[in-house]
Amino acid sequence: MVQRGRTTSAQRFLGLQLCGWQWRGRRLGFRMWVGRLVLSSLCLAGGWLLAGCACSARDAEDPSTSASAGAGLAATAPSGQGSAGSSPATKSSASGTSAFSAKDEAVIAMIDQRLRVAWEQNNLRPARAATDAEWCRRVFLDLLGRVPTVSELDAFRSDKSRSKRRAWVDRLLGSEYADDFSKHWTTVWTNILIGRTGGRQGRSLVNRSAMEKYLEQSLREDKPFDRLASELITAEGSADPLGENFNGAVNFLVEKLGDGGVQATAKTAEIFLGTAVQCTQCHNHPFNEYRQNQFWEMSAFFRQARVERIPHPERENRQIGQIVNRDFAGEGRTLYRDDRSEIFLEVRNGKFFDRDAARQTEAPIYYELRNGQMQVAYPVFVDGTALAHTLADRGSEYGNSGYLEHVDRRQELAQYLVAAREFDRALVNRMWARFFGHGFTKPVHDMGPHNPPSHPELLDKLGLEFRASGFRVRDVLRWIVLTEAYALSSKISRGNRKDDPALGVPPQFSRFYVRQMEAEQVYESLLVATQADATVSAERQGQTRERWLRQFSTAFGTDDGGEATTFNGSIPQTLMMMNGELTRLACSTGSGSFLDKVATSADLSSREKIKYLYWAAVAREPIAEEINICNELLASRDGDVVETLQDIWWAILNSNEFILIH
Amino acid sequence: MTFLPTPHGMNRRHFLSHLAGSSAMAVSALSLTSNLTAHAATLKRNHKSCILLWMGGGPPTIDIWDMKPGAATGGNFRPIGTTGEGQITELLPKVAQQMHHLSIVRSMSTREADHERGRYYMHTGFVPNPNVEHPSYGSVIAHELKTDLHELEIPPFVSIGGASEGPGFLGMAYAPFQVSSNGQIRDAKAYTSAARMSDRMKLLGLLEKRFERENRGPAATEHAKVLGNTVTLLNSAQMGAFKVQSEPENMRDAYGDTGFGRGCLMARRLVEVGVPFVEVNMGGWDLHQNCFDGEQQKLPEVDQAMSTLVADLQSRGLLEDTVILWMGEFGRTPRINENAGRDHWARSWSVVIGGGGITGGKVVGGTNEDGTRVITEPYSSEDLMSTVCQAMGIGLNKNFAAGNGRPMKIAGGGKVIGELFV
Repeated sequence: MVQRGRTTSAQRFLGLQLCGWQWRGRRLGFRMWVGRLVLSSLCLAGGWLLAGCACSARDAEDPSTSASAGAGLAATAPSGQGSAGSSPATKSSASGTSAFSAKDEAVIAMIDQRLRVAWEQNNLRPARAATDAEWCRRVFLDLLGRVPTVSELDAFRSDKSRSKRRAWVDRLLGSEYADDFSKHWTTVWTNILIGRTGGRQGRSLVNRSAMEKYLEQSLREDKPFDRLASELITAEGSADPLGENFNGAVNFLVEKLGDGGVQATAKTAEIFLGTAVQCTQCHNHPFNEYRQNQFWEMSAFFRQARVERIPHPERENRQIGQIVNRDFAGEGRTLYRDDRSEIFLEVRNGKFFDRDAARQTEAPIYYELRNGQMQVAYPVFVDGTALAHTLADRGSEYGNSGYLEHVDRRQELAQYLVAAREFDRALVNRMWARFFGHGFTKPVHDMGPHNPPSHPELLDKLGLEFRASGFRVRDVLRWIVLTEAYALSSKISRGNRKDDPALGVPPQFSRFYVRQMEAEQVYESLLVATQADATVSAERQGQTRERWLRQFSTAFGTDDGGEATTFNGSIPQTLMMMNGELTRLACSTGSGSFLDKVATSADLSSREKIKYLYWAAVAREPIAEEINICNELLASRDGDVVETLQDIWWAILNSNEFILIH
Repeated sequence: MTFLPTPHGMNRRHFLSHLAGSSAMAVSALSLTSNLTAHAATLKRNHKSCILLWMGGGPPTIDIWDMKPGAATGGNFRPIGTTGEGQITELLPKVAQQMHHLSIVRSMSTREADHERGRYYMHTGFVPNPNVEHPSYGSVIAHELKTDLHELEIPPFVSIGGASEGPGFLGMAYAPFQVSSNGQIRDAKAYTSAARMSDRMKLLGLLEKRFERENRGPAATEHAKVLGNTVTLLNSAQMGAFKVQSEPENMRDAYGDTGFGRGCLMARRLVEVGVPFVEVNMGGWDLHQNCFDGEQQKLPEVDQAMSTLVADLQSRGLLEDTVILWMGEFGRTPRINENAGRDHWARSWSVVIGGGGITGGKVVGGTNEDGTRVITEPYSSEDLMSTVCQAMGIGLNKNFAAGNGRPMKIAGGGKVIGELFV
């Protein structure tokens, strides 16, 4: 390590060869390193994989028992599922989720009413209602991360109950689909919390599958969101199951605590408060109200958290990361104790100052203004509440203390966080954006007076309802998918043409905005449509999925964990859909494959087989012209049904209609 | 039998005739490919190109192009003389010999010192805005030159070894085509015969068109366009331009056997074929720790590739028509931090630009004695982008109809850096 800079006489006197002090652009540090471990570690997210990939809800379908492809569309109960008939008695219960209630009805009516008022004010006529099949495909993709199977579509469409959408949403949120649901939302939250590249790069302390397992368990039990957030922010223990005191939740912060906890601060604010503070670490925000002191005062909450690295028990040259809470004496007051690699002697004016003896407790940090002036910061929540103030009745030394016997700063932060109104609004806004393609603000993680929401009252009210529900995310999802707006067609009509957020106007949700599936949704959809992995072990399935997903993401290698994906509608994605291994797998015609089963199904005519493929991928009947082309293909193949079906299937999977959610 | 390009273009012709005759509803974007005459590997050039050497993470320009020997902020390295005005770091001796072709702008002064915002701002000429997504350099240039590009069958905006920035409101058809510097295009091989592929495309064309006609907005239309561009690409002999491995060994050695070296070599090949905008990415400049160790590792790679690129373009007569721009999202702090690193710094930093008719050998602007402040007229991303557009013959007064009909000037209405044209 090149230690440039000037060594003070005090340091030389101390004789600590690794010490040095230098100016830092953002903050002042007299940090001394003693016995700091080598940073490199290879921690591939391997080991064990998400269990439960094969889900009961998508048991292999026998095309001949499914009706859509046939002319009759008689309702045949899909295998592996309860009766899809009228009133579903199968209200979910196992995972503690509730079924549709009068309360839900009131919230949904409130949303509908507020959106309708806005349509009138903006002179918009909403699109017509989406068809049952359109809505069903949409809701499966958004709640479960995959298209519905043909038998699921059949069951839904032949359900004559007036309240069937409510009933089906209960089913999708309930125990019957718990595997699909938790798997999908595990993916969503993993990508939010550690990015698409987190734990997928070679030298990483993040164990991606441990993060996933923690989230999957939390989602399965419908853990209230305030508890989830608190657990992630306050997590202690090892990031890897092979370490001591393993805690998968640690993976959220294990790579964000370096550099004074800049990333921990920025990502916590972004994800849980919907506020972008990244750039206030160096200066006051150029156009929002956030100021530099708020960033550092927030980061002060993370200073007792330390990442420690221990050798990997099984793999040489690898390390396991763990987050431990340690007493913090303040920046520039570096501590030393043999057992924790810290010094409890502080240097003041060239003399030792024994902090332990003096019992000096307050632990400040420092940052630098753009004009070079140094500022001091203690823990203060973004709303301006100082921890010292909150804990004043315990004693004056508590709030600013860095000693764990006085205060656990991260626990305090978690309490402030979930109590803040930004917390509920941030979640609601994020979820809304997932289902509608646009949130009430853009981007969802940069809310504030500088970026007013499209529907401020609705956002606020929804936030309050979410809070009142006990932070049940499933309730928010239920409300959203049962709104009038979510059930509108995606076809643009004259009355709502100008409602186009792509043109820079605030979204009004007077039609369903078409958006592309995420890579994971394509993957799951292809698998569910073709059962391509039905015979493969869960472990192999997980590995294959992981390998496939990795190809799209690139990390910028910058300190903010920036990354990009090529699964964005550009040419590499198109090439992958045309020629990639997943498509090849989905289009395989070997004995027992999906196409083979359809082709050899004795009960279906050629025409019905073609229809079956259309329903499986795009949830509709082929039009006459499509049937004609398909028949031409069949004729030119001398009646080789499986080859022809392969061509048809390939074409459907490569269409805009398949990859878009509409 | 593969579906892929053959030198004589017969399969492609066959394939396209199917497409054209397949159906009255054949997707319009696919019929772009009906221009059957254009399969020459090298085109007659009637436009200029630009190669952006993108230093992702923010390079410490105070150690490279605007050195402050003797100042407390001066760093570890010594300056050396060049064939142009001014001195540069001793770690770029080969580039120093090419500096008569390149100019240094030492008076960049911007406000975005966050990676994401800085990357966006330096690529688009606009600060991030919640209401509109701005197109980046490559997309703007591809869009503005599109009438000159009808013989080009590979995407007009290629980003090598990194993501670049998106097309914004111009749509995915102007997105960067991201490729790896090894020259392998992933999934570019069809696994069925050309004849079957053509049958499949017939049905796919109908599916695309039917869905587009349902009026579901730009996502559907853009998909069809990108699909059309992909088919054109797959069937083009110009695909050969990506194959850096087919260069003679001495040429590959000259550029250096590194990701950045291969990227620069590929950029030259792409420019030869007529691609108007190529970005070559070199990451790893976020040197908060051990800045000087990092530079000692990275700069020789830059030296080898960048100097060879300039010399190679010059010897092929392409430098006059090719703008080269070297930059990152910002510079790094003059002050050296406690980890012997430099942090993000946008207030005073440097970029390097040359070729395409831009005056070489100059030093434009300057900073104070410790590099913390620009003491001449400061230049912004808008100014730099305007300068590149000017060099490429792209009119700066044109307004894009960004969203909502709101007019938006190319390069945010920046002013051309006049000194670079005298």
